[in-house]
Amino acid sequence: MLDPGPAAPRTTQPLLQTVGLTKRYGDFLANDKIDIEIFPREIHALLGENGAGKSTLVKTIYGLVQPSAGELRWQGAPVKLSGPSEARSLGIGMVFQHFSLFDNLTVAENVALGLDGKEPFKAMSARLAKVAQDYGLPLDPNREVWQLSVGERQRIEIVRALMQNPKFLILDEPTAVLTPQEADQLFVVLERLKAEGRAILYISHKLDEVKRLCDTATILRGGKKISTCNPKLETAASLARMMVGTEIKEVKPPAERRTTVPRLVVNDLTVAPAELHGVRLQNVSFELKGGEILGIAGVAGNGQDELFAALSGERLVKEPGTIIIDGLACGNLSITQRRKMGAAFVPEERLGHGTAPRMRLSENALLTGHAASDMVRHGFINAAATLRTVDRTTETFDVRKAKRDPEAASLSGGNLQKFVVGREILRTPAVLVVNQPTWGVDAGAAAIIRQALIDLASAGAAVLVTSQDLDELIEIADRIAVMFHGHLSEALPRAEATREKLGLLMGGASLDQKEAAHAAGA
Amino acid sequence: MVLVEAIILSVLAASTPLLLAATGELVTERAGVLNLGVEGMMIVGAACGFGAAWLSGSIIVGALCGIIAGMLLSLIFAFMTLGLAVNQVATGLALTILGIGLSGLIGARFVGERITTAPHLYIPGLSDIPLVGRILFGEDAFVYLSLALIVAVWWFLYRTRAGLVLRACGDNHVSAHALGYPVLRIRMLAVLFGGGCAGLAGAYLPLAYTPFFIPGMTAGRGWIALALVVFASWRPGRLVIGAYLFGAVTILQLHAQGAGVGIPSQFMSALPYLATVIVLVLLSRARTGGSTAPAALGTVFVPDR
Repeated sequence: MLDPGPAAPRTTQPLLQTVGLTKRYGDFLANDKIDIEIFPREIHALLGENGAGKSTLVKTIYGLVQPSAGELRWQGAPVKLSGPSEARSLGIGMVFQHFSLFDNLTVAENVALGLDGKEPFKAMSARLAKVAQDYGLPLDPNREVWQLSVGERQRIEIVRALMQNPKFLILDEPTAVLTPQEADQLFVVLERLKAEGRAILYISHKLDEVKRLCDTATILRGGKKISTCNPKLETAASLARMMVGTEIKEVKPPAERRTTVPRLVVNDLTVAPAELHGVRLQNVSFELKGGEILGIAGVAGNGQDELFAALSGERLVKEPGTIIIDGLACGNLSITQRRKMGAAFVPEERLGHGTAPRMRLSENALLTGHAASDMVRHGFINAAATLRTVDRTTETFDVRKAKRDPEAASLSGGNLQKFVVGREILRTPAVLVVNQPTWGVDAGAAAIIRQALIDLASAGAAVLVTSQDLDELIEIADRIAVMFHGHLSEALPRAEATREKLGLLMGGASLDQKEAAHAAGA
Repeated sequence: MVLVEAIILSVLAASTPLLLAATGELVTERAGVLNLGVEGMMIVGAACGFGAAWLSGSIIVGALCGIIAGMLLSLIFAFMTLGLAVNQVATGLALTILGIGLSGLIGARFVGERITTAPHLYIPGLSDIPLVGRILFGEDAFVYLSLALIVAVWWFLYRTRAGLVLRACGDNHVSAHALGYPVLRIRMLAVLFGGGCAGLAGAYLPLAYTPFFIPGMTAGRGWIALALVVFASWRPGRLVIGAYLFGAVTILQLHAQGAGVGIPSQFMSALPYLATVIVLVLLSRARTGGSTAPAALGTVFVPDR
């Protein structure tokens, strides 16, 4: 078949169409009368912020969620999908954002679970190896998933979907966990799938990717469809405006940053893995001065959580001198003692780690602030002081909530994250360690948080930011280092830290080949 | 020699209820559900099994009633933990307490009665072979049934698609749901299977082990079965070894006491639990392979629809 090209007139009928699709959870409209048409040989982007209704829409298309109203049409005919297996039998495949894989099963078993099971296991296993080879996505069917890298895990998902020879493939934020180079490889595969006549629904919030890859884009906001457009004719700014609805405040970098003395020094930190499939930190060293933001990039699961645990004191290290805060060796000191020294910590998980979900904000403020504030006196809680902290955080960081002191779990992701970061920043820490400061947060909240981190550094604090979002690090960090298999690279000054260089480091390029191969196989 | 044969025969008999109950619990836990009510389901199985056998005069009817009683009790557990998403540990413990009370009530009028226990096999020729004959061909049918069952469970878990799906539910119920598998229904079937096995294991005691029923006659065997599943690190092969090991310890303890060995019997009775603790420590030290416990074990799952 000849490729008619992206601009070909749409004489064909849509492969998949939703008409007035609505999904209601109680009073909440997750999807409100959404009309969308997807044609064969098209890569269709679905754009929107967290909570815009993208996931609900694709779950409905994949049969996981039943619509409250409206209908789904497949090749022009209305269909009702009672479950994913029915969607799969029509020819709809899905690659999940949070991989739907089973860590303790083998690659072949994982793939088998995604198929209808009519094929004998051995034959399926052989076909799996062939399909993987054919699309340039090498996989060993007999390895257990927990041994594999994130990129390899995604390959399983994609190969599993391809094994069904789908006409229509849904990819939910496929590049969120990939290095830029791995993403490029994925795009080659997607272009090929499109050339084979398949349709692809591509969910993302990375606008440059969408402009580069997609033929059509549908933008959702607050559960409603805002527009369908050709992303190649739009600018990143115009797409962002449609996604967010308002102009986003630009984050202002500091005019000139003055660095002072080293405030956080890590010397040759080696920590054994805490969990079964954890990562060992290997000789991690860096020095962070006051007035400076150091960014740590890397694909998730390369030791970032272990580093955070060691820095915060959730895990103690034997030699105190491996972690030095403001000149004091504290590797063996508890998290409370470190807080008293002026350090503050914001973990990645805001619900469950950063806050106790069922406790009020004032109680959550107390949980990290009790050591170094007026919130506790002679062992008794000063309720007025905890409420004052909540009010101050709310005002300064524009935290939106239904009442003065609600449960942490009742806040939206962005607002809770503003509270968690704000709670620490208002203590004017000497050292702030923050992990994924804007993960899953809407663009407006992300801008406020980033600006607050920059301002904190400008005021003389040392700020360590770990993030998977390269654009975020390039925007706010003075220097960027990369974590790979528990090793931390040299920090690159911002001017030298291009996406390409960082991407190579994230893939382990700086290590010598043997060590990298060993680490990958361990 | 006769003593060795007698010891082996009594080990086989003592191990069988452990193996039966642990087999059921293994399947339940492999699906991601922790049912701590094994002891309760066993004792109710024992009471109902004995009552039915005494009334009907049939061991088979007794065994079937034991199975059904265990399943009914596990159905309560399934309704609470899967239907209402109640904490599994609390529900399991409550189930044991309920089971002990219920068995006393059901069994009260059968206390003091006797039945003829399940006949031992006798195959002329084969059963007469010295030493091995009676061990291989001369036990009651439950002994061989329990072994056949664990082989079938192994085959089911590792050689069939349904078994793969069951293991997948125990490993990651969110993913299993996302792929379209009915996690709760699969778990309910696994819980029912576990209940049936526990009921049969309980019924084995008055039907084949001793010819009468007394309240509390399971005497902690349900807890040993739970420990066994952990001891076996959720693998059928190791479960067989573990069950016979634990059975042997129970019997040896009796013989040791009989022979006047100066170790307190309480210490000997505690050995199986001690062995489980040691195995757990060794397993967590080893950490070479994948995770041993089903990753979703004991967690509540509520699908979004």
